[in-house]
Amino acid sequence: MHTNAATTEHNPALRHHFADMTQQKNSASLGMWLFLVTEIMFFGGMFCAYLIYRLAYFNDFGAASTSLSLKLGTINTIVLLLSSLTVVLAVNAAQRGKQKLLFFYLIATIVLGCTFLGIKAVEYHDKFVEHHVPGPDFHFVAEHPEGHSEQAPVNQQHAQMFFSLYFVMTGMHAIHMIIGVGLFSGLAYQAWKGRYDRNYNTPVENAGLYWHFVDVVWIYLFPLLYLISRHH
Amino acid sequence: MASVTTIPEQENYLTNGYGIKSWLLTTDHKRIAMLYLASITFFFFIGGIFALLVRLELLTPEGDFLQADTYNKAFTMHGMIMVFFFLIPVVPAVLGNFLVPIMIGAKDLAFPRINLLSWYLYMIGGVLITHCMLTGGVDTGWTFYTPYSTAFTNTKIIEAGLAAFVAGFSSIFTGLNFIVTIHRMRAPGMTWGRLPLFIWSNYATSLVMILGTPVIAITIILVAAERLFHLGIFDPRLGGDPLLFQHLFWFYSHPAVYIMILPSMGVISELITAFSRKRIFGYRFVAFSSIGIAIIGFLVWAHHMFVSGMSLYAALIFSFLTYLVGIPSAIKVFNWTATMYKGSISYTTPMLYAMGFIGLFLIGGLTGLFLACLGVDVHVTDTYFVVAHFHYVMVGSVLMAYLGGMHFWWPKISGRMYPEGWGRLAALLVFVGFNLTFFPQFVLGYLGMPRRYWQYKAEFQVLNIFSTAGATILGVGYVLPLIYFMWSMRYGKPATDNPWSAAGLEWMTSSPPPTFNFDETPVVDFEAYDYEHIKEAEVPVAH
Amino acid sequence: MAGNVDALYIFLLLICGLMTVLVSTAVIVFAVKYRKRLGHRAHQIEGSLGLEITWSVIPLFAFFTFFAWGAVIYFQERTPPRDSMEVYTVAKQWMWKFEHPEGAREINALHVPTNRNVKVIMTSQDVIHSFFVPAFRIKQDVLPGRYTIAWFRATKPGTYHLFCAEYCGTQHSGMTGDVVVMEPAQYEAWLAGGSTGAPLPVTGQGLFNQLGCSTCHQIDGRGRGPSLAGVFGNKVSLEDGRSVTADENYVRESIISPGTKIVVGYKPIMPTFQGLISDDQLNALVAYVKSISQQQPGQPAGSEATAGTQTKSQQVH
Repeated sequence: MHTNAATTEHNPALRHHFADMTQQKNSASLGMWLFLVTEIMFFGGMFCAYLIYRLAYFNDFGAASTSLSLKLGTINTIVLLLSSLTVVLAVNAAQRGKQKLLFFYLIATIVLGCTFLGIKAVEYHDKFVEHHVPGPDFHFVAEHPEGHSEQAPVNQQHAQMFFSLYFVMTGMHAIHMIIGVGLFSGLAYQAWKGRYDRNYNTPVENAGLYWHFVDVVWIYLFPLLYLISRHH
Repeated sequence: MASVTTIPEQENYLTNGYGIKSWLLTTDHKRIAMLYLASITFFFFIGGIFALLVRLELLTPEGDFLQADTYNKAFTMHGMIMVFFFLIPVVPAVLGNFLVPIMIGAKDLAFPRINLLSWYLYMIGGVLITHCMLTGGVDTGWTFYTPYSTAFTNTKIIEAGLAAFVAGFSSIFTGLNFIVTIHRMRAPGMTWGRLPLFIWSNYATSLVMILGTPVIAITIILVAAERLFHLGIFDPRLGGDPLLFQHLFWFYSHPAVYIMILPSMGVISELITAFSRKRIFGYRFVAFSSIGIAIIGFLVWAHHMFVSGMSLYAALIFSFLTYLVGIPSAIKVFNWTATMYKGSISYTTPMLYAMGFIGLFLIGGLTGLFLACLGVDVHVTDTYFVVAHFHYVMVGSVLMAYLGGMHFWWPKISGRMYPEGWGRLAALLVFVGFNLTFFPQFVLGYLGMPRRYWQYKAEFQVLNIFSTAGATILGVGYVLPLIYFMWSMRYGKPATDNPWSAAGLEWMTSSPPPTFNFDETPVVDFEAYDYEHIKEAEVPVAH
Repeated sequence: MAGNVDALYIFLLLICGLMTVLVSTAVIVFAVKYRKRLGHRAHQIEGSLGLEITWSVIPLFAFFTFFAWGAVIYFQERTPPRDSMEVYTVAKQWMWKFEHPEGAREINALHVPTNRNVKVIMTSQDVIHSFFVPAFRIKQDVLPGRYTIAWFRATKPGTYHLFCAEYCGTQHSGMTGDVVVMEPAQYEAWLAGGSTGAPLPVTGQGLFNQLGCSTCHQIDGRGRGPSLAGVFGNKVSLEDGRSVTADENYVRESIISPGTKIVVGYKPIMPTFQGLISDDQLNALVAYVKSISQQQPGQPAGSEATAGTQTKSQQVH
């Protein structure tokens, strides 16, 4: 097997310890999937904490949730879904060896990712202004749009717990987005140099998997944080 | 690669490049294993020094050797360093790194650069914990229970947490690398049913690593966020639940015990077969019991919390599940014993360690049954009974297996033999010292001595003196191998390719192996532990 | 209780000791009998399904026995008898504070009579502690922000160690005390001699009036809040359809966070007392609420809170 140069056409991207490109590609994608499994466990811890407090402080969580901006949240969801689309198109372009197109879609993804982060920053800023950031200055007053004057006063601690979880969960998600934007910038640079072609595009595929995963996390975060008490 | 003509000796991984750079930038799994060996050994002795401080303080009932604060930091640093920087990585990162690719006939792990990254992450964690230790340390115990850790102590929680966090990623990447390697890189003919049991156990360990470690990572982040930003996720004064922390913590930290013990069990399977010159008894049962332990191991975490105030019914369920995880462990012990039946057993150092392992693991495992038993656990939990129990499992068993494995594969790693007489002496010292240190602690625990006590009631002193005396013997037992291994690198007798006449691909390549492990990718057409077809060397090795 | 735990412990010791002896004897015998000799070769054995099943199933049954026996004892340990004498305990770094129902207070010592069930209702002011009396074989973590409960029945007069068993900071090992068990007569004498404060429920009643609780929670149920007579120990139906048993933690939560569990038929108007009252005051209030349930097992008229289960007799096992 040490004469592997003869077995396949020699690809410069083939690392010495793999027998052929297929083995290398399969290994990389299995590795990526396993990494995503660890990510699921990582976010799982937070979702578990959320679930426990959501059930324990049911009404207060509902009240606190209404103060999040549904409009910005929805826009962000759409932005992320669009970015997933551009990622799919990027992977497709890479597989077909369309290097210019690949570069374009990578840049589009980066732009959408940054848009998401920008909107998120605006939301965080609003929360600061409204004193909804956990800490000594925290203060939360529920709005009762439908004249529910007899609703229990919102427990400040429980509302603060909601915002603690809100900031931790969206914060962790945002960090993953930033890493994603970094990854895609690296890919875009490599794509610019024409490193990916029909035969070698595993990094694009794997980074795409990562991006989709981060999107999926948001798909869970959005209803849990923004939509829990908007059912009327 | 240098040309072959001028060098009479065959080139191997050790001679392929000299100098700092050839080591620090290597992607060769064997060299990375050696990097781990050096750094893990360093942390083992640091952790050992803290253990010694703790034992010296406990020589007398009064707190007279250390300050209360210093004592609390000493046992915390002992726990943290030993758990995160020694026990969790030791067998996978040193022996596993060296052997997993060779045993399955691969040239390297699937991701050599990530493997190197793992080591750097480990080192960054190590530097952080060392810095934390030198600038004040932590006093919470390695368990970091909230709200003490988040709202009360003013020691360096965040830095210590960060160290564990970074080291955790090292272990995630190692696990990921192993799983992909075992799935994708096996040599032709190396079917799942032919894998050595060491591979099976590392596979199971890797599963636990990638599934459990992220949970401790997020838990650490939550604790840090709570300290930094005054969130109240675990703080009852802010509506949080301290038991949630315990659940999250043990969801990782209980399976972490299996990260430590599973690869050790794999080592023992290799040693017992090699020195009984027999196939393993019940290959499938030993292999699948590893996977069984890994899976059921995830469902038993709350047995650490029977007196925590958790619901009565939850306690019943976790007690029951804990008994279930005992079965695969029992299966392993019985199969190892049965493997010795009608064998041809030689008493080499590795075999002495293996037999010692069975003894210590029996005691460690069976006392686990006491702790799983609700009525008894209420009395003995958080006492020295628990301390003794987990030292028997995590230290006694893991270290016996690790040292046994090091002796067994040392000829392959270094190309030299260790001095057999000294090896046997050290094995004996470790076994005796260990039992003398920790057996009295079972009694102490049942008598009611709580753990993490800086000063204690006078009636507990006699047993504590035994324990400290044992610890000094144990210390000598651990220093000896360090000395003679280093000695043998230079003066040891050169090892043949297969000094034990053992089965397995690692013995079919040269000692030490070449950089790509095999001159030609091996084709496997034999079962694991095929001792029927291996001729023993004419001359016994021990001379 | 200690006797039961010890019996189980000895049973475990015997079975596990037997296992250890069996396996290690096998290891040693095999090691000697099948040691390497010239001209002797190992006899290869593949394995044996029968044996594997045997040594999986037999331990499994032994394990089930351990589990069941342990569970029975644990169940007893977690369910204090109804007629227990109740001692309120507040743990803090690094001391134990006890308050007897008669009002006697003590620190790092707990006096109890022999042959009387003693229920210790505990909470912590700061971090997690653990109430551990080795002689009674009991241990229970003490948590901040809620009650946990332990109970024992001492049979022999004497002084026994009390330890904190959950690491709680610098002086963790100094957080010890004594449980002093006395003959009932002596205990009465001790109570009479040292007592200072009013009985706990009386203190509680004072607070109940002083804090204005009594304005809404009128005994006859005509106030804006539910009557609290006869509530304790019974089921309470909640606004959201759930129902809870009114135990110490429920009463505590209702004072600290009244909006979390609203009794069916009432409005969420009660303000929180979080940060306004101490753990000691909370204990007194809980003791008071409890006392008005024990004195009047009859009908507090019209109380929604007690709808459903009323009679004490149902609760007695």
